[in-house]
Amino acid sequence: MQRIGVFVCWCGSNIAGTVDVQAVSDALQNEPGVVFSTNYQYMCSQAGQDIIKNAIAEHKLTGIVVCSCSPRMHEATFRKTAAAAGLNPYMVEIANIREQCSWVHKDMPTGTEKAIILGKAAVAKVNLNAPLKPGESPVTKRALVIGGGIAGIQTALDIAEAGFPVDIVEKKPTIGGKMAQLDKTFPTLDCAACILTPKMVDVAQNENIRIFSYSEVEEVGGFVGNFDVKIRKKARFVNEDICTGCGICTEKCPQKKVPNEFNLGMDNRRAIYIPFAQAVPKVATIDADYCTMLKTGKCGVCSKVCTAGAIDYTQKDEIIEEKYGAIVAATGFNPISMDKFDEYAYNQSKDVITSLEFERLTNAAGPSAGKLVRPSDGKHPHTIVFVQCVGSRCAACAEKGKEYCSKICCMYTAKHAMLTRDKYPDTDVYVFYIDVRTPGKAFDEFYRRAVEEYGVHYIKGMVGKVSPEGDKLMVQASDLLANKQLHIEADLVVLAAAIEPDKSARPLATQLTASMDTNDFFTEAHPKLRPVESPTAGVFLSGTCQGPKDIPETVSQASAAAAKVIGLLAKDKLTGNPCVAGSDELMCNGCSSCERVCPYGAITYVDKEFRMPDRTTRVRRVASVNEAVCQGCGACTVACPSGAMDLKGFATKQIIAEVDAICR
Amino acid sequence: MKVSYFPGCTLKTKAKQLDKYTRKSAEVLDITLEEIENWQCCGGVFTTARDEIATKLSSVRALSEAAKKDQILVSVCSACHNVIKQTNNAMQTDDEFNFRVNQYIDEEYNGEAKVMHFLELLRDEVGFDKVAEKVKKSLEGKKVAAYYGCLLLRPSSVMQMDDPENPTIIEDLISALGGEPVIYPYRNECCGGYIALENPESAKARSNKVTDSAAKSGAEIIVTACPLCKYNLEKNGSEIPVVYFTELLAEALGVKEEN
Repeated sequence: MQRIGVFVCWCGSNIAGTVDVQAVSDALQNEPGVVFSTNYQYMCSQAGQDIIKNAIAEHKLTGIVVCSCSPRMHEATFRKTAAAAGLNPYMVEIANIREQCSWVHKDMPTGTEKAIILGKAAVAKVNLNAPLKPGESPVTKRALVIGGGIAGIQTALDIAEAGFPVDIVEKKPTIGGKMAQLDKTFPTLDCAACILTPKMVDVAQNENIRIFSYSEVEEVGGFVGNFDVKIRKKARFVNEDICTGCGICTEKCPQKKVPNEFNLGMDNRRAIYIPFAQAVPKVATIDADYCTMLKTGKCGVCSKVCTAGAIDYTQKDEIIEEKYGAIVAATGFNPISMDKFDEYAYNQSKDVITSLEFERLTNAAGPSAGKLVRPSDGKHPHTIVFVQCVGSRCAACAEKGKEYCSKICCMYTAKHAMLTRDKYPDTDVYVFYIDVRTPGKAFDEFYRRAVEEYGVHYIKGMVGKVSPEGDKLMVQASDLLANKQLHIEADLVVLAAAIEPDKSARPLATQLTASMDTNDFFTEAHPKLRPVESPTAGVFLSGTCQGPKDIPETVSQASAAAAKVIGLLAKDKLTGNPCVAGSDELMCNGCSSCERVCPYGAITYVDKEFRMPDRTTRVRRVASVNEAVCQGCGACTVACPSGAMDLKGFATKQIIAEVDAICR
Repeated sequence: MKVSYFPGCTLKTKAKQLDKYTRKSAEVLDITLEEIENWQCCGGVFTTARDEIATKLSSVRALSEAAKKDQILVSVCSACHNVIKQTNNAMQTDDEFNFRVNQYIDEEYNGEAKVMHFLELLRDEVGFDKVAEKVKKSLEGKKVAAYYGCLLLRPSSVMQMDDPENPTIIEDLISALGGEPVIYPYRNECCGGYIALENPESAKARSNKVTDSAAKSGAEIIVTACPLCKYNLEKNGSEIPVVYFTELLAEALGVKEEN
């Protein structure tokens, strides 16, 4: 018979406001096996944990029930408490009387009754608990970073600095990401390239870092500490080891009409190209969709001009298999498509551009060599209208926009407006906004400067329509503070398009079994306390794949993710989860039902000899669980028709006992 | 193809041309328009007051008639189509509205009817390519500005006819008839609507913006599906003629009477 202690937490007024905690501890006192029952204001605090530890010693407890918040919140805390007092941590059960009780009920009698029932179920379960001992698995001391933008770069550098090898997988021909396309960075206005490209060089020169550019993750298997990853290195038709990056091929290639994605299609590149001058690795790539040689077999100019002999038209995709201890997702963002926002005439007029296109237009390495001109006629614009929140904070237009705030637009729009007024004082600049949101170090001061020192016209209200008329853009908007309609003849309209996670994130999340929210941002293990870890062990999050972020925030999170990875890789062995499935071989009939439902591939079949009651020996095919791979989801225990499969810590008889206690 | 037809009040008075040439064109295109028996006014506007059901009942009756015959309910007046389509949507999605309406009608109705504007019928059921085949007198060389107004396309989640900001349905029809569609920025802006009664100056400003912009873009003629739009654009002094799209359709199909 167990000796069980019950500890009811008030959680301040979170629980005690709707649950009579004294009545709960009194009621549970009389449950079978309970020898001690009490309640306390904050059971998770040092004082609360001491109550538990003392009770374990004093009453010789063999099992405890904590009636408190969700086990996701503090199960680990109370297991540690129990272990410190010499109790097996798996003899602890949590009754969730907060999220599943006090927070959802409004009146005290209902809340109290339900809390007692939940407590009884937990007591019934702990009566059948057995001490469990977790297994151990080794750690592969190498990390994988998926995405080579500023987030991936920072994470990789930090991990490498700590002495662990890191691989970066980047789907584009170069690392650098969105930051490489930016002109200046707020709030200090240093140029993006000047602070990013040295970091890119650091990555290239760091002995601990390998860059797989023009590559994508193909398959992920295994588990924390022991991931098996297949990486597809796409054929770039150029031998990376030989190419010197001289760029002659990119000048001689006769296929000149390929939209240049680095300049967002505002100019053209060749079919063989190096995305930008500071690309890392600085090697050429042939775009197979446009290369005449690859399409028709007739050309070969690049091969003829390449003095190094690096061109290889026969190159094939290559699959690289590697083991990793930890994986960091750093897949980044993109501005949303403006196709469904025809009220701003983005598709009707070349002079309606997105903010990222504006970055390229003002960048010295951009299509206009840094001169701010209209894309349509190359003339200098005298009136520019910036429209904020295009597709952001758009609950009413969810089919085309996003409900969330994209967070970075207020600051970059202030930057664009300020830089325009600084360089071209003859230009009138209007910014239309819903709210100006500029919290952050030196951010609001920056925005105020745009208004007060640079004379940017900030107007609260949204633009309703942009109509191209002749070579002008007629902007119709409302000024909410003056309560009037405005009609502005503009030369250039810049749309602050909402940002969304890169499209590659969703399939990657499936491969990593990492969860995502409805907007396809990766979900963190805890929104406040574990913001850089995914709920899937060994998978970490860096940058905008987790939510909209500016550069300072992205870099902070990237370093935080690196710290977590370093903490993991520094361990020689990982303690596993002992709550795994196990098969009773005598009952197993080898039907394969469990193998089919297992999402982790943890179940295999083995032929085993059995002594039969009549003293003969028979060989039977039975299920065998790889405890290191099993995640304890329990799918197999439900699928097993003969009841042979059971889950340690969540045995069928324990679950039934809980149900019985609830129904009693 | 047989469909139920809801002409609406205006088509029997001010907008006879719209009705007449819808019928004539339909004949050529092998569409039989079966006019709903004893139809009543659609209600004029779809009021957003949620407790207002009286003005919507006649639309429900027409819808119910069409559903009984298992026919598509077709109207050609933008306003009627807007009211009928929104009413049908409310019958499908608003339980309280549905319940209250059903207290007033003999046979239960839950939004089963399919509602289409005549333009949609041409595009989705007949096909503009088939329309093009029947053209006898191509509109070749004619620069035509399509004017949508608000009621045809909005609210877009309910009307689901075309992109409210960048529609193409009338332009595609004009092309099918051999004409040259003129794209101009104000083709989906309001003509002033009923504000013409209370504040004629404001309506005039709206209308002029539309017609000036069409004329400046090189259009010779404006087509619309809405009697109120036509009224406002004409009354406020459009430089170029404003006609119903069905008039051009009938002309191209060779069934327009000479004036």
